[in-house]
Amino acid sequence: MAMTPKIELSAVTKSFDANHVLKGIDLTIAPKESLVIIGTSGCGKSVLMKCLNGLITPDSGSIKIDGKEILGQGRAALEDLRQRFGMTFQFGALFDSLPIWENVTFRLHHQRGLGKSEARDIAAQTISQLGLAAAVIDRYPAELSGGMQKRVALARAIVDEPEILLFDEPTSGLDPITGGVIDRLIVDARKRLGATTVTISHDMASVRRIADKVAMVHDGVIIWAGPARNMEKSGVPEVHQFVHGLSDGPLTREKILSNKAHL
Amino acid sequence: MLGFVQNIGRTILTFLAAFGRITLFSVTAVRWIFTPPYYWPQLLRQIIDIGYYSLPVVGLTTLFSGMVLALQSYTGFARFSAEDTVATVVVLSVTRELGPVLAGLMVAGRIGASIAAEIGTMRVTDQIDALDTLSTRPMQYLVAPRLLAGTICLPFLVLVGDVIGVFGGYIVGVYRLGFTPSIYLARTLEYLEVSDVTLGLIKAAVFGFLIALMGCYHGYHSGRGAQGVGRATTNAVVSASILILIANYVVTTMFFGG
Repeated sequence: MAMTPKIELSAVTKSFDANHVLKGIDLTIAPKESLVIIGTSGCGKSVLMKCLNGLITPDSGSIKIDGKEILGQGRAALEDLRQRFGMTFQFGALFDSLPIWENVTFRLHHQRGLGKSEARDIAAQTISQLGLAAAVIDRYPAELSGGMQKRVALARAIVDEPEILLFDEPTSGLDPITGGVIDRLIVDARKRLGATTVTISHDMASVRRIADKVAMVHDGVIIWAGPARNMEKSGVPEVHQFVHGLSDGPLTREKILSNKAHL
Repeated sequence: MLGFVQNIGRTILTFLAAFGRITLFSVTAVRWIFTPPYYWPQLLRQIIDIGYYSLPVVGLTTLFSGMVLALQSYTGFARFSAEDTVATVVVLSVTRELGPVLAGLMVAGRIGASIAAEIGTMRVTDQIDALDTLSTRPMQYLVAPRLLAGTICLPFLVLVGDVIGVFGGYIVGVYRLGFTPSIYLARTLEYLEVSDVTLGLIKAAVFGFLIALMGCYHGYHSGRGAQGVGRATTNAVVSASILILIANYVVTTMFFGG
């Protein structure tokens, strides 16, 4: 009997006014698999990711988690579902007005009633696992470097051990060494939690480090999806051009700019 | 001619759409005020921001307004020998009109802008989306405490502003215009009714709600980047100020007009 996919998308579409960003996304992600979504800027990767945890509602199609449809389930069901997700945003999205410990344990402290002292202990323990000094918990996001903020965002995503982790460009804006460290932390966290992960990345070195499977979005559809090791021999010109960072190919500058203008 | 009519129609539709959005936003936000969980630390922080830190601005504004009012009314009333009504004019003007309106406008500038900038920045840096992913309703966590704090704090600010404004009139009346302190105070209280103060406070509560509502609404729907946040901030202050003046007339008509 075939295993039920952890996440299954069928014919997912999303438009913003006249801009058709997603034109029919079909994708399956197996339990504990690490999928990386690649594609040019503005092609709809972030919209696709936000559809997965209900931040954006698709116009049509189906999204199933563990075989259960999540679209049209209502706010309460969506909130229950989100308890199973952890997510990091491209620019961290840490809460400026809260200290690090409260950022990391936000859901535990505010939603599940965990006491301050216990929340601080858990925050300190979690960020220590990610290579940050425990003393950082009393500082504010603006006092941390970009790399440290990414680690705190990662800590916030994994602290309550979610089943599914979403990472939106986790290494963007970081130097290659720090980016490598973040990748290693993501891989370690995924293994430790046994989580299914979906990552958006433009950084091919990062893709090779963390992906089991790669999917490329272009013009609102998945034009190729397959094991990361097959990425180089996909036979799809757009994938080849993207993977090798070539300026000549089917992905012209005009096309990319036209995509970006949509979002 | 057709183009002119089209423009009028488009403007009316735009206005109605904005009115509908704001109404829906405020109804949703008010609903969350009364729905658990309650974020007490957030509410306390907003009360300190809106109430405590606005005291100097409101105090200075009403102090000098009371002083100017005493001077101006003395000059005007002297022309028909009614100088002894200065204290009464000052206290009624401050409690019924100047206190609530001036405090409202000053707080709209200070707090409306601050709320719009903070929530707008949270919008453009994905912090509001992050709240959603952490199973926290942004309307409940961000908007409801601000609306409640605005509605609670403005009456207190206005009450303090009323006292300071009347005191400003007293200083000018006694030390510059030569009134006897006991007579000035007696005239201040002689025609003042409790309803003058309480209805001024009701106005203040309405203004506080509107200031917080405009700050939250424009911040929540802020456009992208620094420009978007800047525009949201400007819109929050301008719309709150205009709504205060409109609401002032409406509330005055409702309570004093008859």
